[in-house]
Amino acid sequence: MKYIPATAAERARMLEAIGVPDVEALFRDVPGEVRLRRPLDLPPAMADQDLLAHMRRLAERNVDCDRLACFLGAGAYDHFVPSTVPHLALRPEFLTAYTPYQAELMQGELQAIYEYQSMMCELLAMDIANASMYDGASATGEAASMAADLTRRSDVLVSTAVHPEYRQVLRTYTSHLPITIREIPASGGVTPAEAARTMITDATAALIVQSPNFFGCLEDGAALARAAHDRGALLVVAISEPVSLGLVTPPGEYGADIVTGEGQALGNALNFGGPYLGIIATRQEFVRRIPGRLVGRTVDTEGRPGYVLTLQTREQHIRRARATSNICTNESLNALIAAVYLATLGKQGIREVAELCARKAHYARERIAGLRGYRIAFEAPTFNEFVVRCPIPPAEINRRLLEHGILGGLALGRFYPDLADAWLLCVTERRTREEIDRLVDHLEALQ
Amino acid sequence: MYPKDLRYSKEHEWARTEGNRVRVGITKFAADRLSDVVYVELPQVGAEVSFMQPFGVVESVKAVSDLYAPVSGRVAEINRALVEKPELINTDPYGEAWMIVVEPRDLAELDRLMDAAAYAAMVGEATS
Amino acid sequence: MSARKRTPTHETPGAGAEAGARGERVEPARAARDLRRRPVPVIFERGAPGRTGYSLPASDVPDVPLDAIVPPAYRRAQPAALPEVSELDVVRHYTALSHRNFSVDEGFYPLGSCTMKYNPKINEDAARQPGFARLHPYAPEELVQGALQLLWELERDMAEITGMDRVTFQPAAGAHGELTALLMISRYFEEKGERRTTVVVPDSAHGTNPASAALAGYKVVEVPSDRRGNIDLEALRAVLTPDVAVLMFTNPNTLGLFEEQITEVARAVHNVGAQLYLDGANCNAILGITRPGDQGFDALHLNLHKTFTTPHGGGGPGAGAVGVKAHLVPYLPVPTVERDGQRFLLDGDRPKSIGKVRAFYGNFGNLVRAYTYLRTMGAAGLREAAEIAVLNANYLLSRLREHYDLPYDRVCKHEFVLSGRRQRDRYRVTTKDMAKRLLDYGFHAPTIYFPLIVEEAIMIEPTETESLQTLDAFAEAMIAIAREAEADPELVRTAPHETPVGRLDEVTAARKPNLRWRPET
Repeated sequence: MKYIPATAAERARMLEAIGVPDVEALFRDVPGEVRLRRPLDLPPAMADQDLLAHMRRLAERNVDCDRLACFLGAGAYDHFVPSTVPHLALRPEFLTAYTPYQAELMQGELQAIYEYQSMMCELLAMDIANASMYDGASATGEAASMAADLTRRSDVLVSTAVHPEYRQVLRTYTSHLPITIREIPASGGVTPAEAARTMITDATAALIVQSPNFFGCLEDGAALARAAHDRGALLVVAISEPVSLGLVTPPGEYGADIVTGEGQALGNALNFGGPYLGIIATRQEFVRRIPGRLVGRTVDTEGRPGYVLTLQTREQHIRRARATSNICTNESLNALIAAVYLATLGKQGIREVAELCARKAHYARERIAGLRGYRIAFEAPTFNEFVVRCPIPPAEINRRLLEHGILGGLALGRFYPDLADAWLLCVTERRTREEIDRLVDHLEALQ
Repeated sequence: MYPKDLRYSKEHEWARTEGNRVRVGITKFAADRLSDVVYVELPQVGAEVSFMQPFGVVESVKAVSDLYAPVSGRVAEINRALVEKPELINTDPYGEAWMIVVEPRDLAELDRLMDAAAYAAMVGEATS
Repeated sequence: MSARKRTPTHETPGAGAEAGARGERVEPARAARDLRRRPVPVIFERGAPGRTGYSLPASDVPDVPLDAIVPPAYRRAQPAALPEVSELDVVRHYTALSHRNFSVDEGFYPLGSCTMKYNPKINEDAARQPGFARLHPYAPEELVQGALQLLWELERDMAEITGMDRVTFQPAAGAHGELTALLMISRYFEEKGERRTTVVVPDSAHGTNPASAALAGYKVVEVPSDRRGNIDLEALRAVLTPDVAVLMFTNPNTLGLFEEQITEVARAVHNVGAQLYLDGANCNAILGITRPGDQGFDALHLNLHKTFTTPHGGGGPGAGAVGVKAHLVPYLPVPTVERDGQRFLLDGDRPKSIGKVRAFYGNFGNLVRAYTYLRTMGAAGLREAAEIAVLNANYLLSRLREHYDLPYDRVCKHEFVLSGRRQRDRYRVTTKDMAKRLLDYGFHAPTIYFPLIVEEAIMIEPTETESLQTLDAFAEAMIAIAREAEADPELVRTAPHETPVGRLDEVTAARKPNLRWRPET
């Protein structure tokens, strides 16, 4: 076995040093009645060349976004990933390191995460961002308990324009905590601030919205922030498409108190849903209530700058049952990927990629709006996703488009029974005008 | 080490009677055991505290301890200086690093605490 | 080479010029020698206004005024102040950072409870294929059959390894798995009409256990360990009331010891109608030897980033598989992966499910790696891994037992716990000091100050992938440090001396947290 270097002679020497006759003697503390008396029933071991061929066959049974023109988003985005990202972030020095418990030996990882936190703060216009959470959905779940803890209130309002899976996770996360979740129905594709105002009470800990929301629409963040703040509630903004922030107003600018998000769009592969990157950011004054790891900058004994994990008393290994969260392992590598992505694009590139997405999506939106039988569902401004009401069931459209190498949008009926004819399309910078035109031509031909 | 005019709790708080008010802090022993204090969380002025119930938190880099009220009553003052300079708890635990002043409901509660000799004996046992 | 020639002072920082940027003159020979010890400027300090390092296509759609696309009221007022760097700036920066890191690929990483075994390269090749890495989670079922087949087979394999009936891969990490399982158990009791309020954990438990229990709405009760390092059975029985929902148990435990009375523990827990949960962080010791399901566990999590070789990425991502016995299956998170003849499908229609604990299906990329590892090892290979992990740990223990205190003197499993009490009491050298000194010897330090029940704890887990030469070199370093603690304690107290930075000021970091770069800092 190539991963186990001990030779027969070495094993014998080690047994002798221990003073036992055989390896079996090292398991004498395992009671006989719980011993497994047969080999595990697993598929046989394979040599590397056979295994690689097997893995290739499995992978090829999938049809990935290299083989299709992808118009599917809904929380996972097909953006271009610069070559710097895999070549740098996946260097084995980063990939095969553990959590930076010995700071002096792990300055690279720690500095990279400190820089990630800084870039996230710039992008979101927030004071503090942590080192990462599991994903956008679970980060949103954690934000609800953080808000309840900060306000000492128990009622959480969430817009139905928030990603349906984020809402599902929010319910699971709070199911056994003294927190109740109520939903505000979206209207015209956005969260109505006036309805929010009437639903928010003195018991409301937080209003949770998403922008761009699940329908691709931009919310009126300032109005929603006022509605929450007027009653002492916090505004939590979930972001599933952070590339949008190259162009659209960041949540910190309109008064978000906690921002959660999914950082996959920032250089992370689609990976059939994970690993992705959970983002959480907040205001300076809430820093001691934020979950997860934080990296801080300090100095060493000679005054040289250095980085450490800090404010650890919030965390499970010290505060145990009273920790701000149970999170330990996070998604550091995905945060590093996001950092390399953001550094590569830089101040100009993030703006440019966002603008490209918006322009191409707008073009697609206008062209589809011009087709007979199709109409754009919502008038609110959008970024790179929009909802279309279709004359034929969206699932059927998707089936037909696949025959032409096009991965169509999400059929919204899956999550919204009253939107059975609605189709959520996404257009990133990767889609060419030719592909958009081809999509439109096929839609026209379907009628 | 343990001023004679103070009363001591088994959770290492001290209490000093000042007329009809009680000033509260933590002992040198507790401060030393925490090592460098990095953060203190105190109640709001006006909050009610109860005898030997937590009223705040003190933290070092790797440890968190609850603060227990040595007397029940209303918080009349808190030491805001500790928020900016928690290190005072290590350097001057009985002076500048007082934490709260309580308007007690029942001063007799202090009789249930230890005097300096009893407290010294208790921590002496704990350290040996 | 004209090594004596002084290089000019540079105006802007760049590779090899960081000291120059602060107005110092740089001597080339010294610069080369000190390369690893020189601070790397924050990426925001590199580059120059207007410099770029990206490539994007020109817009190929008709030009429309931006205001007609995203109205000004919805656009950001200021651009995000991200770095302005060239591609080479980015490459040099992250390459320099990678040199200031320590990884399994570089050296021995005996972090107890973390199972830092070698992460096979073939796993990376498998996972990075576009068929997996470029697969959209909402692609229709017929386009993701390979991915679903992999998940279905991996579930079957993990169920066989653990003796469980079904496994979900949705949790992103171990602690996430704990929460998932506790929520399932809560549903199970609700369904039975039982209200149970308490989770019991041993005093040697990982901090995630009580934290997860609290997040699931439970009160936590702690039980002490006995003098052999087992759970104190009498104390356990005393706290096992009808209020108890779960005992969260790590076996082998965090002392690296197998719970000798595991069947009695299981019986005691089940006698009060409670569930027995395994924190599977330490499963590397038992692969193919004993199965948690056969020990009486009702539910468990496995850390695929420990036992099953998925790389830990400097803190994550992990993957926390959760296995359950039949009575808990209805409560699994949605969707589950099912097979219908030759077709694999996602089943989201499970009315008793706890719902979802994250979006989509799990950290799939890690699952591909774990699957690849299982196919490399097979049943015999996994058992051999467990045996040699235990052999290596006992060998290291035999080499170190004279030099450090050993609070629980028993055959260990995959790891063991020493105490630095002797060095602290005799020479005022702490476990932290000795851990820092190990860094000077080119090793990562063991886990220290955990478990909490051992003073000055030093928790060492060598894993099966380390050679005898490595184990001996580490043992020699540990023995040398024990001698240094006696002969030159100051040398150890002020360690590390050879790392890029010296001991860091954690106190100031916590008192005045600097958590992000700002231009003025």
